[in-house]
Amino acid sequence: MRATRKKRLYLVLLMVVGIGVAVGFALNAFNQNLMFFYSPSEVAAGKAPAAHAFRLGGLVTEGSVQRQANGLTVRFDVTDNAKTVTVEYTGILPDLFREGQGIVAHGQLRSDGVFVADEVLAKHDENYMPPEVAKALEEAHEEGKASMPPGKTTP
Amino acid sequence: MKRFFHQLGSPKHFYRIAGRWIPWLGLACVLFLLAGLYQGLVVAPTDYQQGDSYRIMFVHVPAAWMSLFIYVVMAAAGAIGLIWHMKLAEVVAIASAPIGASFTFLALVTGSIWGKPMWGAWWVWDARLTSELILLFLYLGVIALHNAVEDKRTAARATSILAIVGVVNIPIIHYSVEWWNTLHQGPTVTKFDAPSIDMRMLIPLLLMAVAFKLFYATVLLMRARVEVLERERNTRWVRELVSQS
Amino acid sequence: MNLNEFLHMGGYAAYVWSSYGLAAVVLAANVLAPMRQRRRLLRRLAQRERRARRNP
Repeated sequence: MRATRKKRLYLVLLMVVGIGVAVGFALNAFNQNLMFFYSPSEVAAGKAPAAHAFRLGGLVTEGSVQRQANGLTVRFDVTDNAKTVTVEYTGILPDLFREGQGIVAHGQLRSDGVFVADEVLAKHDENYMPPEVAKALEEAHEEGKASMPPGKTTP
Repeated sequence: MKRFFHQLGSPKHFYRIAGRWIPWLGLACVLFLLAGLYQGLVVAPTDYQQGDSYRIMFVHVPAAWMSLFIYVVMAAAGAIGLIWHMKLAEVVAIASAPIGASFTFLALVTGSIWGKPMWGAWWVWDARLTSELILLFLYLGVIALHNAVEDKRTAARATSILAIVGVVNIPIIHYSVEWWNTLHQGPTVTKFDAPSIDMRMLIPLLLMAVAFKLFYATVLLMRARVEVLERERNTRWVRELVSQS
Repeated sequence: MNLNEFLHMGGYAAYVWSSYGLAAVVLAANVLAPMRQRRRLLRRLAQRERRARRNP
């Protein structure tokens, strides 16, 4: 009786390990498909598909947002602090869209290297705090910028 | 202590003991729920980025945690039932499935409602959202399989194996935001460096998490009691119980 | 804080309250389902018991 229980225990463990390994291999094989977006560096390295639409993710560069004359089209730079891609988008931006914010845009590269987006999603970070605290943190950061270690900047 | 567990293993005693615990667990759950709602909706300050919309977090995050937690309990109970042929473990496994499915559903829908104003989309096929959706299908598969097999013992064995197989999805959901780039943000509370959430926001989150755990315990016992009655319907103690009522 | 401001949720009222409302519905359904199942099962078993007593 004890031996059969032990056998069943090993069978269950073997099943979990076996499936874990199989799924691990499968996920590894499809790794690129599971990525939701390409970073500007990957786009610069030519890893993003040139012929069809893909998603581009990164931070909106401070001071780069420009509204075009028609009032609906927006141009801004998306960066991962290494490379930058300029994005052009016509439409309504999400509430969280602002400079310094992480975004994910869906669209296609034009021949001049501008990424023409048909959808812009905002990616927010995992930090939650009241505005006073955020303001105080920012001020402290401004004052001690030289001595502060670089924060996590990728979205 | 040993005697206590031995008694709990007997369906008759389990039915009686569970019946005594349910009201107290339910009461504790309601108290934590009220405290969590008050702290979360009234006391917690507005977020610097997301305004008041972030308050959806107090249902969304505990529900998502529960969806993973209940799955692990279900698979572990299923494994115990498979290996040691313990009937009560089988009951716990199958009673967990509908509760886990509802929390998964709640996490997905509240996430969607939160995603629309903040991200700008109800749904995206990123790794976190997709793996959580697969979790819902796993729960539904377990329920469907259990209903499809007539014999209770065979049904329990089949569903246990399915539940154990699905366990690989749990680390995938948890680490999806780290292994791949996703639209969903990374972990807040469980990351190793300093928690990046204000104390007044963390407290209601934890209160709600405890409330949901107590809720699971309460409903699990309620469901398990019904399952025990059904399985033991031909025994003397159930027939006596029925004639008395 | 006044009640109107509280219900307004900084403009996100529809999103916040629908989330909490849905949570309330899901939790309530989870409590009611096993209660109803238990009542039904007990009624069924009681019927069976009565029938067994009538024709043993």
